[in-house]
Amino acid sequence: MNDFLQFLNEPLAQRSLWACGVIGFSNGFVSALVVLRRSALQIGTLSCALLPGIALAILLFGLFQLSILLGAVLAGLMVGLGSLFVSRTSRMEHDTALSVLHTTAFALGYIILITLGLQQKIDDWLFGNIMSMGDADLWIAYIIGALAVLSITALQRPLLITLFDPRAAATMGIPTRAFNYGIFALIILVLVSSLQAVGAFLTLGLLVAPAATMYLLTDRAAWLFWGGGLIGGLGAVAAFFLSYPLGWHLGATIIVVLGTLFLLAYLFSPKYGLLRLCRK
Amino acid sequence: MVSEHHDHICWGGGHHHHTRHQLELQKVTAGYTNEPVLHDISFTAGCGSTLALIGPNGAGKSTLLNALAGLLPIWSGAILWNNSALAEHRHEIAYLPQRSEVNWQFPITVRQLVEMGRYPAVGAWEAMRPHDKEIVEKALCTLGLQDLQHRQIGALSGGQQQRCFLARALAQEAHILLLDEPFTGLDVPGTEALSQILRSLAAEGRLVIASHHDLASAPQIFDQALLLRKQLIACGPAQEVLTPENLKRTFNPA
Repeated sequence: MNDFLQFLNEPLAQRSLWACGVIGFSNGFVSALVVLRRSALQIGTLSCALLPGIALAILLFGLFQLSILLGAVLAGLMVGLGSLFVSRTSRMEHDTALSVLHTTAFALGYIILITLGLQQKIDDWLFGNIMSMGDADLWIAYIIGALAVLSITALQRPLLITLFDPRAAATMGIPTRAFNYGIFALIILVLVSSLQAVGAFLTLGLLVAPAATMYLLTDRAAWLFWGGGLIGGLGAVAAFFLSYPLGWHLGATIIVVLGTLFLLAYLFSPKYGLLRLCRK
Repeated sequence: MVSEHHDHICWGGGHHHHTRHQLELQKVTAGYTNEPVLHDISFTAGCGSTLALIGPNGAGKSTLLNALAGLLPIWSGAILWNNSALAEHRHEIAYLPQRSEVNWQFPITVRQLVEMGRYPAVGAWEAMRPHDKEIVEKALCTLGLQDLQHRQIGALSGGQQQRCFLARALAQEAHILLLDEPFTGLDVPGTEALSQILRSLAAEGRLVIASHHDLASAPQIFDQALLLRKQLIACGPAQEVLTPENLKRTFNPA
């Protein structure tokens, strides 16, 4: 225990703790968009597509923080929009095109990273390493989180109409296409900010589980945002305190905690829990 | 956003408002890619009536609804409301989606759904004024949804779900109601109840336009009918339009 207290006094630990809270909160907040749009699987493939983007950026510009970020954003956009393009110009379904593109991109990225001799780094990008986050990373996470909270809160009313009934939203004069691009961009930004914390594989959990848990607890779409943010933030902080004494990998622990919360809500939610439904 | 329309009550039956509130399509052609789905459609419909869009699959019923709703730009022609472009009167249009297109698990209550109808008047940031709340209350009341207002929309019957969207259209204070196959999936009592509601909404001076696939029930539900097969076959009072000859031209042309 003393070990742990001593560890908490270190700037590295404090930075990680803040990172957990901030990244957990902003991912949880934005996860409401993913859940309400019912696009979890698409986002999942997108998150894996970030790896080749990172690899390419390193190949072209070297191992810098900014190049990694930009590469991830570009890869997300390219695979996302590219699959849309392929599905529109051929007889393929969007999901099919997305699957082929993202696995190919992922494989290429892996080959590039191995060729560059970055084997040790690959684990960090796949599963995350919060301890490696610097002050600049933390600032980026703050800014992305603030952007997500502000934009979603300010535009919540038209946003919810667009998510629920896009056609009616369009007749009401809401620019639904701009909203859809905005949602997509916000999701990619948040994905990138959580990449360092939980990695390309696990970031999907952080970007779905919090709002999915709230989905089982409430009938108010607006609560999915703040509730999701709280679950994401508190869950990640709890995982921080669990992972050290248990000696577990932090990123993985965050996802396990969030998954456990989801399971608890699935079983015991007063309104939509399995136990409640069975008793009916 | 407050306009004169808020105070305007258009009680149907009079002769004056038929000249004042009129939807007019002039040679409207529209489609999605290269081939037009709608070809040269011209007709007029006055408020105070219920109009059924009838035709085989692919005849352009949904396309026509989309064009009216402003969701699909028309290629040529004009859509007029009281002699000016309908696009300038967007708040006058309420679009009701097909029931199969709605995500009924969406975490939203009946009341919140109806409150969405106030968006064009209230905007993104302003709070609902007492006036807006009154309108929402009235819409819930008119469609008998007061006792259900805090229910999640998935926990309702098909007819109740349909009424929620109608209540949203009322809250929007729209003059023109566009419905995509509203009777699909309703049982006989549900169909009867909904057609009564549509008739009473029209009697208050609204124009109700709905795509409809059941020929047998159309004359009982709607007073006007429009037969469509990419081109306009016939349009007018339902009894006069739905003749065997017209139906043959619509569904089985030689």
